[in-house]
Amino acid sequence: MTAPARTRKAPPPGMVERRGAGLWLTHAGLILGVAFIFFPIWLAFVASTVSQPEIVRPPMPLLPGDQFFENYRKALVSGINAPVALMLLNSGVMAIGIAVGKIIISLLSAFAIVYFRFPFRRVFFWLIFLTLMLPVEVRIVPTYEVVAGFGMLNSYSGLILPLIASATATFLFRQFFMTVPDELAEAARVDGARPMQFFRDILLPMSRTNIAALFVILFIYGWNQYLWPLLITTDPSMNTIVMGIKQMFPSGDDIADWPVIMATSILAMLPPVVVVIGMQRLFIRGLVESEK
Amino acid sequence: MEKRVLFKGIWLPLLLILPQIVITAVFFFYPAGQAIWQSLFIPDPFGLSSRFVGLGNFDYLLSDPYYRASFVTTAIFSTLVTLVSMGVALYLAVLADRLIKGSGTYRTLLIWPYAVAPAVAGVLWLFMFNTRVGVVTWYLGLLGYDWNHVLNEGEAMGLVVVASAWGRISYNFLFFLAGLQAIPKSVIEAAAIDGARFWTRFRTIVFPLLSPTTFFLLVVNIVYAFFETFGVIHTITSGGPQQATTILVYKVYSDGFVGQDLGSSAAQSVILLVVVSILTIIQFKYIERRVHY
Repeated sequence: MTAPARTRKAPPPGMVERRGAGLWLTHAGLILGVAFIFFPIWLAFVASTVSQPEIVRPPMPLLPGDQFFENYRKALVSGINAPVALMLLNSGVMAIGIAVGKIIISLLSAFAIVYFRFPFRRVFFWLIFLTLMLPVEVRIVPTYEVVAGFGMLNSYSGLILPLIASATATFLFRQFFMTVPDELAEAARVDGARPMQFFRDILLPMSRTNIAALFVILFIYGWNQYLWPLLITTDPSMNTIVMGIKQMFPSGDDIADWPVIMATSILAMLPPVVVVIGMQRLFIRGLVESEK
Repeated sequence: MEKRVLFKGIWLPLLLILPQIVITAVFFFYPAGQAIWQSLFIPDPFGLSSRFVGLGNFDYLLSDPYYRASFVTTAIFSTLVTLVSMGVALYLAVLADRLIKGSGTYRTLLIWPYAVAPAVAGVLWLFMFNTRVGVVTWYLGLLGYDWNHVLNEGEAMGLVVVASAWGRISYNFLFFLAGLQAIPKSVIEAAAIDGARFWTRFRTIVFPLLSPTTFFLLVVNIVYAFFETFGVIHTITSGGPQQATTILVYKVYSDGFVGQDLGSSAAQSVILLVVVSILTIIQFKYIERRVHY
């Protein structure tokens, strides 16, 4: 008896994974997507390398010009309201402060919640959990008043502290500590190690990858903050770069200094892009873990 | 799940958890409480005293045509942002998943916008569509189309939607690609042997198996569109023209800080609080369900 030959064969190549013309169509589709993603970034880069007259007489060129050093030097050294170099420093302090601060307080509180039994443990746990529902955007006016009351306007602590509490990071570490074998804590206890010794010598080294992955995500989160610095830094020398760009546009009818603004935009995206691309594996891990 | 091996002590753990609790109390619960409290009062114009109005601020808000319009704007805006960014991301992820080699390269290229702040994305798109110097505006003019998002409400909405969606494609792409790669190849090959063509396979097998990812992204993207797109709107349109792009979060900001209407702004914060809570509960319920499966 003869079964139809078709059913006995493996699927012909090209049925599931594309080859030949289909493969090229797939690449073409993806390249189109990459072009859509990169076109705005490319234009910004080109604009940051040409002179103002080349931009205000449209259409602007689509290939880089020769003003690269001139524009970036002008942006970094003098900027428009404040030197961009200073704004980069402010952003760096804020992003690293938020990332490191969040990681430290989350590690400590997760350690307490997982390895100890103490009064109000559940209450504290739920209090931390509830902060998931309170993004800064919904409580801006009262939070602003608190920070103003502490005299923390135009200061690094005002930029960092209100954004530092994080339920996500605490949950991530809690989750991870749960998977650490009990035998390790048991052995440490038998050997007479104090809780903080166990934390420092065993738990911390084991959490290295999680900490690094979380750092990548939190650094980008802190660097890209907009609304908060907009509210609490009225002094241009405390502006962060991401919120400072908008302040570079003139009010009224004057024409914006596009080459300097675009150079600033490129500088504003450079550090997070370097972090994301350079630490891609950690970044993707951090992204997936922190959303669990 | 609880640990069996514990350390003894009460003061040490309290000390360890203290920093987080203090920060949470000072910068989260106290301001949230203040928002609820302030939402019940109307301060006089000089800020010297305030009058208790109960739910008056809410009454006023919900009958305010501008506030209602802002609700509708937010609904349209977040639906469009979610659909556009998830649609493009799914399309790209399906293509990248079909490649045996090279999907890593595309992934590296496609994750860039994740690093670009919404406010910076806003500036980039504003530059392309600027009414005076924008390249795209100029070429549209050649085609006879007069682009002006400063005056045209539909164009303003279109621009903030595309700029917001653009920044979100990377995130959705990563999750969709991971979801697609988790689907066993054997299932798809079996369907192929049975003669199902690509589109049939996608509709009847791939898409249903992808639904947990899709649902998760749906919630996360709505949250993004509601709260994190402030930078895009502030840089491109400042809520205009005629409030056509004033989403709820933007209105809290403009009424509270620009308009100094604290009672109304506080009441709006409370309404947003309710919205976030609902979204968080939906997300949490979903996570619970996934754990049980």
